[in-house]
Amino acid sequence: MTEQELQVKAKEEAPAKAERVRPGRVFLPAVDIFETPEVLVLVADMPGVAANKVTVDLKDNHLVISGEVAPPFGPGETMLKAEYFTGDFQRDFQLGSMVDQAKIEATMKDGVLRLVLPKVEKAKPRKIEVKTA
Amino acid sequence: MPIVFREPGLDPLRELEQLQRRVDRLLQNAFGSERLPWRGGVYPLLNISEDRDHMYVRAELPGVKAEDLEITIQDNNLILRGERKIATEEKQVNYHRRERESGFFRRVLALPARIQPDKVEATCKDGILTLKLAKPEEVKPRQIQVKVG
Repeated sequence: MTEQELQVKAKEEAPAKAERVRPGRVFLPAVDIFETPEVLVLVADMPGVAANKVTVDLKDNHLVISGEVAPPFGPGETMLKAEYFTGDFQRDFQLGSMVDQAKIEATMKDGVLRLVLPKVEKAKPRKIEVKTA
Repeated sequence: MPIVFREPGLDPLRELEQLQRRVDRLLQNAFGSERLPWRGGVYPLLNISEDRDHMYVRAELPGVKAEDLEITIQDNNLILRGERKIATEEKQVNYHRRERESGFFRRVLALPARIQPDKVEATCKDGILTLKLAKPEEVKPRQIQVKVG
């Protein structure tokens, strides 16, 4: 078995691309990306992000995933010791193959986003019927 | 003649650590007073906060199920054990990126204040574990009235 101890990995901050309206930090979520002949699957760790706070945006081959975190602590609490920073998540991807936008499936569970992106059947020859008006 | 860099009784690791601390302080002074993120440390990293009646310990544990977590309180030490499992994909897949890690973890935290071990609530939501620890009465802040003599 691959029994290994988890090591601390510092959260990497996302490079600033545009002026943000929401204050706070933005981090790059850790991702796994894999491919089968039919689909491309992306799994991202976004702790603290609720399912309704995830945005997935695909324009041509440019995919952007982002998530807004809930306030990291309740009102009236004072910090005693902070070992990690909290902030929103965002990451961009350039997809290699064309994806069928209408069939993208996204699920969010325990702070992990799973995106299933079905590939467009490019190889299949398409027959175009000409209708007579 | 051999060149000796190490003086007897000098720990090179400690020297390095001291240097790192000095550089940290320099950077802190240069870029504002904000504290730098934790270096090294044991997984999972914890944030601890408090209000009047409770102390809160939080950890980011995305994808960790409640049944894979074991939380114990012993002599005012909080012991957090668990395993982060990443399901292996059944089909033959080709990975482009593998950044998420799986494995087990164990962390012992000496709580900064006394708590009531029988009054601890643990919740896991959206990959964040929150422990709510009740403070005993004698630790809670008490306002002192100033009498007019």
